[in-house]
Amino acid sequence: MSDDTCLALERLTLAYGDTVAVDALDLTVKRGELIALLGPSGCGKTTTMRAIAGLLEPRSGTIRLEGADITRRPANKREIGLVFQSYALFPHLSVFENVAFGLRLRREPRAAVEAKVAEGLRTVGLDHLAARKPAELSGGQQQRVALARSLVMEPKLLLLDEPLSNLDARLRLEMRAELQRVQKASGITMIFVTHDQGEALALADRIVVMRGGAIEQLATPEEIWNRPASGFVAEFVGFETVLGLRDGKLDTPAGLVPVSGDVPAGAAGLAWRPGAVTLGTGPFEGEVLGVSFAGESREYLLDSPLGRIKADAPASLAMHGIGAKVAFDLPAARAAVLPRLG
Amino acid sequence: MKRNLSTVLVLGLVLAFLIGPFLIIIAASLSAGNSLAFPPQGLSLKWVAKVFTVESFRESFATSMFLAIFGTLAALALGVPAAYALNRYRLPFSETVRTVVSAPIIVPGIIVGLALLRYLVIPAGVPVMLALFCAHTALVLPYAVRVVSASLGNLRSDIEEAAVLLGCTRSGAFFRVVLPNIRGGILAAFILGFVTSFNQVPVSLFLSGPGVRTLPIDMLGYMEINYDPSVAALSALLAFMSIGIVFLAERFLGFSRYV
Repeated sequence: MSDDTCLALERLTLAYGDTVAVDALDLTVKRGELIALLGPSGCGKTTTMRAIAGLLEPRSGTIRLEGADITRRPANKREIGLVFQSYALFPHLSVFENVAFGLRLRREPRAAVEAKVAEGLRTVGLDHLAARKPAELSGGQQQRVALARSLVMEPKLLLLDEPLSNLDARLRLEMRAELQRVQKASGITMIFVTHDQGEALALADRIVVMRGGAIEQLATPEEIWNRPASGFVAEFVGFETVLGLRDGKLDTPAGLVPVSGDVPAGAAGLAWRPGAVTLGTGPFEGEVLGVSFAGESREYLLDSPLGRIKADAPASLAMHGIGAKVAFDLPAARAAVLPRLG
Repeated sequence: MKRNLSTVLVLGLVLAFLIGPFLIIIAASLSAGNSLAFPPQGLSLKWVAKVFTVESFRESFATSMFLAIFGTLAALALGVPAAYALNRYRLPFSETVRTVVSAPIIVPGIIVGLALLRYLVIPAGVPVMLALFCAHTALVLPYAVRVVSASLGNLRSDIEEAAVLLGCTRSGAFFRVVLPNIRGGILAAFILGFVTSFNQVPVSLFLSGPGVRTLPIDMLGYMEINYDPSVAALSALLAFMSIGIVFLAERFLGFSRYV
């Protein structure tokens, strides 16, 4: 283990009763990294986060924080912060007292508490609202208070549970930038849980895609966007058309079909984003089921012998109406090559 | 306009039905005559003054106060943890526990009183005062559990986890972030319990022994012998006391939010 490791999970297994939620998970997070745990609900991402925080006792495996085994250490002695999805502010305390809560528990001198709280609130831009009660704040402001409350504790690791999911679209973009700024400024290691691929791609240094309690892919956003490790990841990041390969041919509902172009050896499947599908020419034909205008392009849904295909075409081209028969192609050169299909 | 008139009429009847008896009692207590009567014969405060001179009223008032205050405190000491456990943990038999806890509301007080007398006081020789205390605690418990449950239900449970992650122990989190947020509910439960206990008749009726009587039972006994307006005067004083308590509670706590 190198010196710059913040968190290491070793064969971490988590269970509720007889149901295993996370199975022998290995993960290493470097100091200062911003990591996203991405996956659909039930994939074990929130369970993993709760175990790291100490709110759930692992069935087996080890959790190390900066080298120390904290697997059995109680949650209140872990020096790990958690920003809850619902913010979990204390309703009876003012914004100032919410942020000061942990510092006062540590019995820090009063002057230090006041200075740290003031600085924490300034970091999230809420120093003018210190006297308010949480109920008098908007969702975005509550989120910032929750963030400041964790940050002033200077935790070794900060966990965030769906940090942007309760905010409206405009606030979400704002808060996204805010999180990135705070993380880079404080250098704090962060792990956030999300089911939103856009959020993970935009924020994280590395993304952990989880599925059924195990890691499906662990890579940078660019790598996940361009080279998904499996059909599952591909579908999660917007490859709408995923087809398997058998004997160098596409395995479709209509049987084995030749591929347009060369396929690298060892590929288990190919995946196309809607923009990678060629519309208007090609060996295949589909019937337009739906078409929607998306500014720069039109998004088509085609029914074809290969299954339902989503394809984008520039809006400057003539529109194909519903019911029209359109030729299309799935060029191998524009596909992502999948090492695994499932 | 016609509907307005009938609305006012119905409203007036309902109010008269609710407040009428209270007004009659006040009027009767101000009587100058020697027997309980309405309309009062003349006006005087002599029966109001007499209330404070009756020795047994003073004793039974102290008994009732003691039971109402300490019975309710005991019920809260049992009820707050019970409500917390029922709210926060998925326990086996939690529905059964809820039903048992609210049983004293459903079972007629007269049965509770008889059962306590027949199986606790007589055979086991339990002192009457202790039996009364237990009975009042049990009677108030359902209100304590219910009102505190309601205010716990409005409180998110993740604030306790947040407190723990900021360095609190589990029990520390309860005292620092749960208790302050259900304070209003606990006070409301106390007031409701106090009034319930203070006005309790059927159970106390069976458990009144030599030298131990609650105020309502004492008033019943007094009326059997002395049919004078001092009972009305006492009733009116008690009613004003209850109104005062509820008024203060509403003023400072927003009592009606919890009940």
